[in-house]
Amino acid sequence: MKSLLTRATLALTLAIFIAGPAAAHRQWMLPSATVLSGQDPWITVDAAVSNDLFYFEHVPLRLDGLTVTNPDGTPGTAENQATGKYRSTFDVHLTQPGTYKVAMASGGIMASWEENGQRKRWRGTVENFAKEVPATAQGLQVTENARRLEFFATAGKPTETALKPTGTGLELAPVTHPNDLFAGEKASFKLVLDGKPAPDLEVTIIPGGIRYRNDLGEMKVKTDKDGAFTVTWPTPGMYWLSAQAEDKKTSVPQATKRSASYIATFEVLAQ
Amino acid sequence: MRTLLSLSMTGLAVTPALAGELAVTVEIPKLEVAEYHRPYVAAWIETPDQQFVANLTVRYDVKMRDNEGTKWLKDMRQWWRRSGRDLTMPVDGVSAPTLPVGESRLTWDSAKAPLNGLKPGSYALVVEAAREVGGRELIRLPFDWNGKPTKAEAKGETELGRIAVEVKG
Repeated sequence: MKSLLTRATLALTLAIFIAGPAAAHRQWMLPSATVLSGQDPWITVDAAVSNDLFYFEHVPLRLDGLTVTNPDGTPGTAENQATGKYRSTFDVHLTQPGTYKVAMASGGIMASWEENGQRKRWRGTVENFAKEVPATAQGLQVTENARRLEFFATAGKPTETALKPTGTGLELAPVTHPNDLFAGEKASFKLVLDGKPAPDLEVTIIPGGIRYRNDLGEMKVKTDKDGAFTVTWPTPGMYWLSAQAEDKKTSVPQATKRSASYIATFEVLAQ
Repeated sequence: MRTLLSLSMTGLAVTPALAGELAVTVEIPKLEVAEYHRPYVAAWIETPDQQFVANLTVRYDVKMRDNEGTKWLKDMRQWWRRSGRDLTMPVDGVSAPTLPVGESRLTWDSAKAPLNGLKPGSYALVVEAAREVGGRELIRLPFDWNGKPTKAEAKGETELGRIAVEVKG
């Protein structure tokens, strides 16, 4: 429990859970830059949960499960981590040339049951589920979640090593390099679930800057039989991409379904 | 570096060199702004379908300590995408200091790199300028490279003034 979720995250996720899916707060990471040149590039990153993209207006995104993958595939470091009232921040020093993946992955079990006439809710790891949730719980409902947030940043020439999916949960397998995106051009990606093509999923893409326009500007596309989809970026800017998959591949037998979500931020440059 | 550079010159091949000279005029406009920095300027040759062929010159702050001036090279974002990110700056014969306000006339001998391998055909001169605390502008100017003299020019609107290309036979 403690290793995966801090108390604050628990409070947040419970709040979202209780409020139900209608309260669709968006989770996101926003890098200061994704295409960099120079001798000693750094990026700084904001991480938050909010309605409008990309504004700090609700709660910070806790930095648990944050990983940096260096261009050579080795783990990197997220420096200067801090969490404030509305956002968390961290820095990444791009010491190697090439493409970095910054990801926040988490997973767990959500359970609810009746106890003394009251609905009890629990969230935790697969390991703690058996220990903390009574096996004889009345009206037990269990679901499993896997969540992943990502973005990519490149110092110098874009490389491929860090782009490789981990093979767990819902992930993006880029066809077009994610740091080579330009307004008016088409980009191709694939979604994979546990490393295998994820067909027929709805992908939502929303440009940032929502506060200063009336139209949400949301684009929806479906993955084909190979999990592939394409996006033509209408304007330059930061974009938020989100997709969700459900299946029955659960790690605890009591869970009825697994829900896997993927969220990424992409920077699209002007021509 | 040298390997990368030659690899990126896809339009170049070992062909008999055409005699002559390529002259490029780049005008940097005088701007009435509170904080002025000379723009970074890249000039390169492309095919008509915008495939990168060769760099002519990349003008940036080459004097900064620790090569720090390279931090803003990516602001010339089309050049960065097509060539810059494949290079390790400085590149001999390509890297040079920023240009002053006014017209600068730059020439390349067709018997020397990068023109000595340029196959006869249609090309475009591309000039991209990006200015610190300022804007960015890109101009494409088509020209034919076949040993015959030719001239073309265009005018920028914000960060660039008159841009001219001249092939002398």
